[in-house]
Amino acid sequence: MSDLTDLARRILGGATEGEDVEVCVGRAVETEVRVHGGEVESLTVAESHGIGVRVVVDGREGLAHAGSFDADVIDGLLVEARDNAAFSEPDDRVGFAAPDGVTVTPVDRWDDSVAGTDVDDKIALAIDLEAAVRAVDERVRGVRASIYGDTRSESAVVNTLGIDANTSATVASLSTSVLVDDIDGGTRTGGAVDAGRGPTSLDVGLVADLAVTRALQLIGAGPPSTGRPAVVLEPRFAATVLGLVAGMLSGERVVKGRSAFADRVGDEVAATGLSMADDPTDVESLSAAATDGEGLACRRVPLIEDGVLHGFLHDTRSARGLGVSSTGSALRSVRGTPSPGHRALHVASGHGDLESFIAGIDDGLLVASLQGLHSGVNAVSGDFSVGVEGVRIRDGVLAEPIREGTLAGAIPRMLLDIAEVGSDLEMQSGGSLVPSLVLGGLTLGGGG
Amino acid sequence: MLDHELINRTLSTALRTGGEFAEVFVEDKRSSSAMLDDGRVEELTSGRDRGAGIRVVVGDTTGFAHTADLSESGLASAADAAAAAARGGGGGVREVAVSPVETPRTNSARIAPEDVAKATKVELLSLADAAARSEDTAITQVSARYGDSRRRILVANSDGLLAEDDQVRTLFSVSCVATGDTGLQTGRESTGRTIGFELFDEADVEEMARTTAARAITKLSARPAPSGAMPVVVGPGGGGVLFHEACGHGLEADLVAKAASVFAGRVGEEVATPLVTLVDDGTMAGEWGHFTIDDEGRPAAHNVLIKDGVLTDYMWDHLRARNEGRPSSGNGRRQSYQHLPMVRMTNTYIENGDDDPADIISSTDSGVYVAQLGGGQVNTATGDFVFGMTEAYLIENGQITEPIREGNLIGNGPEVLNRIDALGNDFAMGHPGTCGKDGQGVPVGDGTPTLRVTSLTIGGTAA
Repeated sequence: MSDLTDLARRILGGATEGEDVEVCVGRAVETEVRVHGGEVESLTVAESHGIGVRVVVDGREGLAHAGSFDADVIDGLLVEARDNAAFSEPDDRVGFAAPDGVTVTPVDRWDDSVAGTDVDDKIALAIDLEAAVRAVDERVRGVRASIYGDTRSESAVVNTLGIDANTSATVASLSTSVLVDDIDGGTRTGGAVDAGRGPTSLDVGLVADLAVTRALQLIGAGPPSTGRPAVVLEPRFAATVLGLVAGMLSGERVVKGRSAFADRVGDEVAATGLSMADDPTDVESLSAAATDGEGLACRRVPLIEDGVLHGFLHDTRSARGLGVSSTGSALRSVRGTPSPGHRALHVASGHGDLESFIAGIDDGLLVASLQGLHSGVNAVSGDFSVGVEGVRIRDGVLAEPIREGTLAGAIPRMLLDIAEVGSDLEMQSGGSLVPSLVLGGLTLGGGG
Repeated sequence: MLDHELINRTLSTALRTGGEFAEVFVEDKRSSSAMLDDGRVEELTSGRDRGAGIRVVVGDTTGFAHTADLSESGLASAADAAAAAARGGGGGVREVAVSPVETPRTNSARIAPEDVAKATKVELLSLADAAARSEDTAITQVSARYGDSRRRILVANSDGLLAEDDQVRTLFSVSCVATGDTGLQTGRESTGRTIGFELFDEADVEEMARTTAARAITKLSARPAPSGAMPVVVGPGGGGVLFHEACGHGLEADLVAKAASVFAGRVGEEVATPLVTLVDDGTMAGEWGHFTIDDEGRPAAHNVLIKDGVLTDYMWDHLRARNEGRPSSGNGRRQSYQHLPMVRMTNTYIENGDDDPADIISSTDSGVYVAQLGGGQVNTATGDFVFGMTEAYLIENGQITEPIREGNLIGNGPEVLNRIDALGNDFAMGHPGTCGKDGQGVPVGDGTPTLRVTSLTIGGTAA
């Protein structure tokens, strides 16, 4: 750890009078095993380095980054960043984080078993997973991927305003994508992932069962007919959809006129049953963090309370743009400037669960997959349109599965039309703690 | 980029545990970019990534390690790690002697990005900003981005191959937000070529900015898109994404080998209407997916995948081709030295048909005309794919009428290929794209003439 901080401080030492400098250094050691047909298809063992230098002179910002700690590469970074700054236009929002007195909540994110586990045992996890998938059901025709991966990452960020932070984390995951035969000779697919701080917490059987169950529930699926069913999201899809909402609550979008929620603080923007915060201080979340990308303490940031918009996620720059304080929500890589975003969404518990929701719906859709989120969501207008697979709900019970459908609506409208927020909170491998949701006002489209 | 003797020693080290094949991939990439947002030029960034990826193959197992340390000891320890990961049965010493393969360089950057003053690059951004804002007062936000990269690669392997390439790419994009009674709408336009700064001899950034602004303004009055199945006409240059998703990925030999493609075992069969001839071509000079050699050292090639509706071949990388005892098709690509190569598309396009594009529209009673597509995604095992439409209009009584709001379209690859009933004679390349697969992004191009699909499902909100 200390060698990264040392390296960062050494570069910071080159700062001259009248300029602010920030140095961010990172290192990651990764292992990835891909298994196919009972054999290791590929085993990757690698260490990567990254370093980013930002300079601000008279409100002008410049950056330079490199993927190497070699002296000949590093030596020129500060000079290059300084030179880049000269070509930017001054902006009084530009600037680095300064210590703000907020206490850092310690989060232990390191599991020694990532480094301590023999690579053969990691390989065994992926091989076992593939075998487990095949053993779940005879309709399993193949396994597209059975993958074990882990990463040990460390980083340090220092700046001339007194920020000096470092973080370290391990994460390990097991994932699979399964192919099952459909009755019409076609193929249906399902996938699942489990993630934790280390390999010992991963559950091979759970991942295999989930992936196969998800594929099997789509057997016999055909295109739906167009309509407006109630849409039921189990927690993993609720996390996806609420993640889109949180994306629209980025302070940067608000400052730059790219959020449909700008000027809406204090307004009722969602159904009253919805309360949502970003809480990276929850040590149970895989996305928990002590400090953000600029070195400020992470903290709980309320976003929506009882349906009323409470505030936005800020990093230093977006906060300066609105005349408020950073919420410690800077996300960044060494390659670029930070930008505000969520890490660990927390939704307050409501009432009911998946089972009770389904039982109470006459015409509904239980979502099984969402496709095209990167191309089908406009984070500025909030319009979205995605591909969907799922199981129709009729008169309170699960009915026929559907595929090749579309689901479309507008996020602002959808938030107001949330019909149910469950009490079945579930921690997602992505770090969010969310329950099942029932949404109204969405259009299901299809050629059926 | 590296001394030949050092390469030979590194490959020998990599083969020490009995590997059948070893490869060293060296990359030195410099990039620069600048953003203009909210009226100000900001975020001028310079980047440098340099390192080597070493893989060792034993049977069906690949061991892979990468390092940013290009010294003899750095390369040796990466070679050791890759060899240990592959773990062959036998050991012993195997000498390797690489010899350079001269592939005629087809890349040509007339004006290298490093020879252009930063002020000149930045000026393009300001021109675009001013042009977009002058288009209409409803334009409330503009962002523009300039980016260039120079990627030098060297590939050497235990078959004795040694090949190098020098790839220069230049990109410019503009995004606008228009504000009206109906809320916020956006427009986007980009241009990118595998050439140097001479891109701007042909690309007029001010005109691009005005087009982008007009696109956002048009959408302010757009109606909600319809939902359900209907005929869809895709404009010239736009349909490439459709084929990239509907069948391109499914023709990648690695997915075919895992039976994770609906096109597995179908070579020689009619998979599309006879109008369709689909080509993947890495040799198209200057296009976004162009290169001289792929990331395994094979020369780029012109590969016909579907000829007059009949599936003729898949796309291949070194490993998959080796298993089948055939040559690679020059489709082995990787995002960087930190990634293993796999089968990837380059520039994927549909050859011209005979129809007059105006006739295609006028013979469509009602449906949707998609002028510009966004990104897409496919499940190769089922063939189900989606792609976004970012500029689209209703077709009513054979005429393009009102603009509709953006949304996704969904279809099934094998079904859609058999529903193409009209193909125009107005071929054009589309926008520069980044294709993602298993977490790796590579630059790709695509192109089509105007075409019609008799039925695709539009994901709108209007029932």
